[in-house]
Amino acid sequence: MIDDRPHVLLPNYDVVVAGGGPAGLGAAVAAREAGAERVLVVDREAEAGGILLQCIHSGFGLHHLGEELTGPEYAQRILENALDDGVDVLTNAYLLDIDNDQNLKLLSADHGVAILDTEATVLAMGARERTRAAIRIPGRRPAGIFTAGAAQRLVNLNGVLPGRRVVILGSGDIGLIMARRLTLEGVEVAGVFELMPHANGLSRNIVQCLHDFDIPLHLSTTVVEIHGRDRIDKVTVAPVDAQMKPVLDKAWDVPCDTLLVSVGLIPENELSRELRLRLDPVTSGPIVSSTMETSRDGVFACGNVVHIHDLVDFVSAEAELAGGHAGRFALGARPPHDNVRLQPGKNVAYCVPHTVTTDQPHTVYMRVRKPLEKSMLRLRDAEGDIVHERRLRYVVPAEMVTLKLRPGVLDGFQGDALQVEVVPR
Amino acid sequence: MTNDERTTYAYLCIGCPLGCRLEVDEDSHGDIVEIRGSSCRKGDRYAEQEHTDPRRGVTTTVAIDGGLWPRLPVKTSGEIPKDRVLAACEVLRRVRIEAPVEMGDVIVHDLLGTGCDVVATRDMARMT
Repeated sequence: MIDDRPHVLLPNYDVVVAGGGPAGLGAAVAAREAGAERVLVVDREAEAGGILLQCIHSGFGLHHLGEELTGPEYAQRILENALDDGVDVLTNAYLLDIDNDQNLKLLSADHGVAILDTEATVLAMGARERTRAAIRIPGRRPAGIFTAGAAQRLVNLNGVLPGRRVVILGSGDIGLIMARRLTLEGVEVAGVFELMPHANGLSRNIVQCLHDFDIPLHLSTTVVEIHGRDRIDKVTVAPVDAQMKPVLDKAWDVPCDTLLVSVGLIPENELSRELRLRLDPVTSGPIVSSTMETSRDGVFACGNVVHIHDLVDFVSAEAELAGGHAGRFALGARPPHDNVRLQPGKNVAYCVPHTVTTDQPHTVYMRVRKPLEKSMLRLRDAEGDIVHERRLRYVVPAEMVTLKLRPGVLDGFQGDALQVEVVPR
Repeated sequence: MTNDERTTYAYLCIGCPLGCRLEVDEDSHGDIVEIRGSSCRKGDRYAEQEHTDPRRGVTTTVAIDGGLWPRLPVKTSGEIPKDRVLAACEVLRRVRIEAPVEMGDVIVHDLLGTGCDVVATRDMARMT
């Protein structure tokens, strides 16, 4: 799977993709298929594939490929696909800088510092984990505190167990997956603690990762103090009240030698900030048009760098869109600008893309703020009149809501902004 | 003996995000007499399978020498009985192989007599 062909770096490319995970590889293939000839993917690891390489569990590809694969299988499939399609993949390399004329500076183990020129760029750097510091847990600073993803890499790639008795803070999918993973490796998982009154992961993961192994899940409970001198030796946990304030007289101690924090992901946007792209404060990713173009011409983005996806299948779909448009941009296509802004309304945290056209089909991804049993997705115009609505069965913040907008749906609509809301029926 | 002596077992459906709380009633012969709480046929089928013969696919890693990483990810070729999962992992913790390996290569034949093989889920080239 390692691309060990001698790598020739060209002075100019049609499309350069930052990041060789599912978003970057998918975008590169789409750019080639759209007609771009010289397409380069730059990845900092020794092999492309991204985070999928450490996600050894199953559950990937059901939507996009029509079969259930493990992460490494999905990664290998899309990498082989990209190489077969004539995409160049440069590993052990970083994209350091992009200037206004899309001159790229990269640092590579094989080529040192190199300057390249590109017609279009796709940002696909993915996301980073929120850490203990990001959520400010009080207490000492001993060894033994990991993000869930860092522990996943240690266990699945490096073959190193992080500890013998583990507490997991946060019920996101990565935390749940790691609870099972560590149990299978003979590590004791003392419990999963979740601040919110509902679990953040998919219900299949609650069942298969926790219930199967009798791992307790404590909702509305959080870690309030970390103890230990050199190595963590226990945490104090406490239930929280309706305002999410810990109730300290009900606190108890849980002995452990390891704490995993699984408290969410943040899009990785160092390059985006350097480019002064307009960012969405809710997603922390760039604001994108219906072609996945950022606020800068010729710079596209897709995957977790734009917003956090729950399934790689959606990343792949978004990557096809971004890469296809980047490829066509490199060949000179300049589609008309979008004419409708999407504004998050009641119970909608954000929408991606941020703008659409009235005459093209679009897939709009959004995340709700609160779970609802029976709900209605509505698009309203500036006067508050309903332009389009769709019944939704069940919505939770952990699962992205997808709205397929067919051409014609917005036919009678004359305005330039639509409010998107998901409300009780 | 009456059929009224029922025992109820609870399951959480994994068929979709709804996560229905399923209840399976069993009579004194151990036969299923009623499944409640589902909102679709998929849920009923899941409850029956989970109640009579719960099975899981297993993914883990085995030690590998000579590759880019010291661990090779593997999976069972099918689902094995749920109560054999931990025993299966214990077997796999003692397996050690040599690179190169290709995705789909069989690493262990007929794991614990379950009829399922353990296969590699990626290529791992030999590092020179």
